[in-house]
Amino acid sequence: MINLDPLWLTAKLALITTMILLVISIPLCYWLCYSRFRLKAVVEALISLPLVLPPSVLGFYLLIAFSPENAFGKFLSDYFDVRLVFTFEGLILASVIYSLPFMVNPILSGLKNLPPALQEASFTLGKSRFTTLTKILLPNIRASLFTGIIMTFAHTLGEFGVVLMVGGSIPEETKVVSIAIYEEVESMNYDNANVYAGILFLFSFSILLAVHLIHNKSRKTTLY
Amino acid sequence: MIQIDVYKMLQTADGELPLDISLAIKKGQFVSIYGNSGAGKTTILRVLSGLTKAEKVNIKVEESIWDDSNKKFHLPIQKRSIGFVFQDFALFPNLTVKENLEFALSKNDSKEIVSELIELMELQSLQNSKTENLSGGQKQRVALARAIVRKPEILLLDEPLSALDDEMRFKLQDYILKIHQKYNLTTIMVSHSIPEIFKLSDQVIVVDKGKIVKEGTPETVFTEQKVSSKFQLTGEIINITKSDIVYVVQISSGNNIIKVVATEDEVKEYKIGQKVLVASKAFNPIIQVLI
Repeated sequence: MINLDPLWLTAKLALITTMILLVISIPLCYWLCYSRFRLKAVVEALISLPLVLPPSVLGFYLLIAFSPENAFGKFLSDYFDVRLVFTFEGLILASVIYSLPFMVNPILSGLKNLPPALQEASFTLGKSRFTTLTKILLPNIRASLFTGIIMTFAHTLGEFGVVLMVGGSIPEETKVVSIAIYEEVESMNYDNANVYAGILFLFSFSILLAVHLIHNKSRKTTLY
Repeated sequence: MIQIDVYKMLQTADGELPLDISLAIKKGQFVSIYGNSGAGKTTILRVLSGLTKAEKVNIKVEESIWDDSNKKFHLPIQKRSIGFVFQDFALFPNLTVKENLEFALSKNDSKEIVSELIELMELQSLQNSKTENLSGGQKQRVALARAIVRKPEILLLDEPLSALDDEMRFKLQDYILKIHQKYNLTTIMVSHSIPEIFKLSDQVIVVDKGKIVKEGTPETVFTEQKVSSKFQLTGEIINITKSDIVYVVQISSGNNIIKVVATEDEVKEYKIGQKVLVASKAFNPIIQVLI
């Protein structure tokens, strides 16, 4: 019988990461879409960086930054008693950074594709930016929000390099499925590796299938 | 009285163009803004509503100041008493017709105005439909009703009827007029259609390249330049036939085929397929009411 802990840990990590990213990304995307800030391109490039950077590079920098030997890690450790290296909290923060583009990109393109007149019409009807965002803009990019949530969740499930660097492989703390597979293979337990890999494969496939089914449907029914 | 003074650099296809206008509109009037595309007509509406900022702008509505760029004062869009009807309707696709109207209500407003407008604009049977299933004319009625929910002082219409066919246009012109009168609005409409302007407006402002070139009643502004007893049509020669001693030239213009008599000398210059102008100075047109 295989150990189920890595599966639960992975699901927990993916769920928390997705929730945090949803909360961060909505205001971030609203700002990116409507502000006239000159260095916006720099911010957008930084957000997209995890798409192209090898996960080990990102993981390496995060490991250095989180280390209590260095300023940021020392500050967290001294003032908040928080340790981010080889802990679940550190894994969450690393995942949030690593999966950021998977949440931001769909939401941002959803907002950019809305006709500007929708927001303007809401303003002329006396509504604030906040009401306009929650009652008009977000409900009209439901498909994009859904894509962002699903893609972030699926992407976090499949993390390996960053997790290995920042989290190591501590059972019930940082040992997620992808790392469990690696370790099973290393110790020649191909059967266990097969079960973990199969579950991850099927789960990821069903998630992506759901995204595409929903997107095809919404293209037929939504105007914008 | 609405007093508007605007100076703003417009980015057009032909480069920069300064929009520099000053106009005064009396309360309760229906004013149309007429002019070529890119002349700055829509920008005037947008600056008045607060959607677009201008380098220099002074707007005074009755006794309240909406914009004063010298004092760096800009009243937020939300606080301006306006109803804006956008060219592409800008209805909220996530809401039904009724919800689109109710969205415009403030917290403590009574919903009475919504039912009143639904009745006035004859939207009863559509009120629970999502807006994406409506026809162009129906969407426009919803947009018009929604703009009135807050009972604004000023109604701004940005080419409200340009996307509709003629029959729909005539009907909607009546709705616009009805609303303008019933709610004592001051209405400013951007329009390309001279008959529409004649039918609806008290005053017309002609804008060209960012400047007001003419203003007055539709009669005084358009009569001399656009209406005369001369008829002119353009068309294409589709056939030339000999009939006794003269020739008959058939010209297709729009949906009509016109037959014009020509002499042998004239016919020598004509070819089938040529684009031509048919003009007549003195004849007796008959007017027939169509609808």
